Amino acid sequence: MSASLEQRSLGAASGTRWTAGTAVTVAVVAALALVPLYTTLTGNAFLLTLFTRVVILAIGAVSLNLIMGYGGMVSFGHAAYLGIGGYAVGILAKEGFGSGYVQWPVAVAASALYALVVGALSLRTRGVYFIMITLAFAQMIYYVAIGLDRYGGDDGLTIYQRSTFGGILDLNNKTVFYYVCFAILLAGIYLVARIVNSRFGLVIQGSRANERRMRAIGFPTFRYKLVCFVIAGALCGLAGALLANHTNFISPAMMHWTRSGDLIVMVVLGGLGTLFGPLIGAVVFLLLEEGLSRLTEYPDLILGPILLCVAIYAHGGIEGLLRGGRRD
Amino acid sequence: MAAPDRSWRLMLYFIEQCLNGVQLGMLLFLLAAGLTLVFGIMDLVNLAHGSLYMLGAYFAATFAVLTGSFVAAVALALIASLIAGMVLEVVAIRRLYERSHLDQVLGTFGLLLFFNEAVRLIWGPAGMTLALPPAMLTAVQIIPGVFYPAYRLVIILAALAVAALLYFVVMRTRLGMLIRAGASNREMVGALGINVKLLYTLVFGLGAALAGFAGVMQAPILTVQIGMGENILILAFVVIIIGGIGSIRGAFVAAIFVGLVETVGRAFLPDMLHRILSTNAAATLGPALSSMSIYMVMAAILVFRPEGLFPAASR
Repeated sequence: MSASLEQRSLGAASGTRWTAGTAVTVAVVAALALVPLYTTLTGNAFLLTLFTRVVILAIGAVSLNLIMGYGGMVSFGHAAYLGIGGYAVGILAKEGFGSGYVQWPVAVAASALYALVVGALSLRTRGVYFIMITLAFAQMIYYVAIGLDRYGGDDGLTIYQRSTFGGILDLNNKTVFYYVCFAILLAGIYLVARIVNSRFGLVIQGSRANERRMRAIGFPTFRYKLVCFVIAGALCGLAGALLANHTNFISPAMMHWTRSGDLIVMVVLGGLGTLFGPLIGAVVFLLLEEGLSRLTEYPDLILGPILLCVAIYAHGGIEGLLRGGRRD
Repeated sequence: MAAPDRSWRLMLYFIEQCLNGVQLGMLLFLLAAGLTLVFGIMDLVNLAHGSLYMLGAYFAATFAVLTGSFVAAVALALIASLIAGMVLEVVAIRRLYERSHLDQVLGTFGLLLFFNEAVRLIWGPAGMTLALPPAMLTAVQIIPGVFYPAYRLVIILAALAVAALLYFVVMRTRLGMLIRAGASNREMVGALGINVKLLYTLVFGLGAALAGFAGVMQAPILTVQIGMGENILILAFVVIIIGGIGSIRGAFVAAIFVGLVETVGRAFLPDMLHRILSTNAAATLGPALSSMSIYMVMAAILVFRPEGLFPAASR
C-alpha cells in the first residue's frame, strides 16, 4: 500500500463536522428513505427495484470497507459472501425450508465460517499476496457453485418463494422489502461506526497504519484482524441473502471475480475508510451504470474512463472530493 | 493382453494431456511475463492485461481477413498490440504508477470495462474465428503411436522461442540491463540519467506485445470473443504469485506448473474420484474440484510461503 493510505490518521471516522460531505451524506440517506414514497406516488415500480439493489450492494460495500478501508485488508473475493449468503437462502428454499428465521441465520453463519477459514489462512500474507489469495478462495467457491448440479450448476437456480417471517414481515411487498434492506444497511453502518471507534477498532486501524508497532506494544493483531474479517464476512453474507430474495435467483455469476471488483470500485469511488463513503459509492456507481445504459448502447465506454479518472485524480474518492481533498 | 494394452493407452493419454498442459503453461507464461515485468518494475497491478490479450486475438482475426495470410496476420497483430500497449501507457497507465494498489485496481478495472465495450462497438457482439492454414491442421506423430495436433506444437515452440528471446533481451542486452536495474531500484536508475519514462513505456509495450501474442496464438483454438481475457488473467495472476512477483524465471516455472496442474487435474481427477466415491458424488465433485485444484495449490503455497515460491530476495 502506498503512503497515502497509511498517512491517514487513526479514528478518521470520528468527529463529524458540518461540511459539504456531511450535507451530501444526509441528503443521500434522506433520499433513500423517501424512495418508496416517490415510487408509490409516481407508480414507477422499476425505480424501487433499482434502489433495492443499490441498498443491498451498499451493505456489501459497507462490509468490505470495514476490512479494506479501516483494516487495510484488501479483499478481492468479497463477492464470495454474496454468493454464500445467496446460496444458503436458495438451497434451503429448494429443500423446503422457507422460513427466514432459518435461512438468514444460516446465511450469516455460513459466511462467517467461510470468512474464519479464509481469514485464518489469508491473513498470514501481506499486500498484493493477500489480494490474490482472497481472490483464489473466491474462485474456489465460484467453481463449487458451478459444480452444484442439484442447484442449477452453471445456469443458476430460481427461488420460488422469498423468505417468510411468520406473518410479521411480508417480503413480497416491495416497500416492506426495501425498508428491511434499508434498515439493515443503516444498522450495518452503525455497527461499523461502533466498531471503528471502539478499542477493538482502534487496534484494527492501528495495524493498518503500522502492524509491527501494534504487535510490539502487545496486541495480537492477527486475532483482531481475523475477528474483523469474520464480522465483515457475516455482514456481507446477510447482503447475499437479501440479494437472493431480491432477484429470486442465484447463480455462480453472483461471485464472478468482476463482481468482487464492482464492490471494490464502490468503496474506492465513494471514499475508502469513511463511514458513508461506500454507500455513496454504491449509489453513484449503480445509478451511473443504469443511467448510462439508458443513454447509450455502450455504457462502459463512458463508465470505464470515469473510473480511471477517479483513480487518477480523486484522492479519497467522492468523500475526499467533497472534503476538498483535505484529509482528516 | 488386454491389461497392458489399456495401461499403454492410458500412458499415451497421459502424455497427450501433459503436452496440453505444457501448451497452456506456455500461453500463461506469455501473459504472466508481461504482468510480472510491469508489476515488478512499475509496481502496477494491471487488471487490463487480459484486455490486451483479447485485443491481440481480435487484431489477428481482423488482419487475417484483410490480408488472407495467417503469418502476416500474426506479425501485424503483434505490431498492433505493441503500439496499443505503448499508447495505453502514455495516455493512461503512467498516471497510475504513483497511486496505491487499490487505485490501480480501480483504474485498470475501468480500462477493462472500456476495452470490452470498445471491442463490442468495433467488432460487434458476436465472436470471430481465426482459421489456420491447412499445413497446421494436421497431426504430427511425436513418438510412435502418439499423434499431436501440429498447431499446438507450433504454440509450444513459438512460446519457447519467445521465452528464449525474452531471456536474451533481459539478461544480455542494454535494455534488459536497464529493466533489471529498474526492477531492483527504480529511483537509482532515474538518478543515473536513464529516461525512466521511456523505459516504462517500452516495458509496458513489451508486456502488451507478449499478451497480444498469447491472444493471437490462442485465437485459432478458441473463439475470439469479448471477455476472453478475464478468466485467463486470473490464472496469469496465480502464476506470478506462485512464481514470485517480478521474477521472469519464476513465472516460467510457475506457468508450466500451473498449466500442468490445470490440464492434467481436469483430465484425471474426475476419473480418480470415480474410483473412490459413488458415481453421483464424483460427477458433482469432479469438475468443481478440478477447476478448484490450481487455486487450492496456490492457497497452500501462500499459506506456507507467504511471498511465493521464489520471493523477491532470491530473484
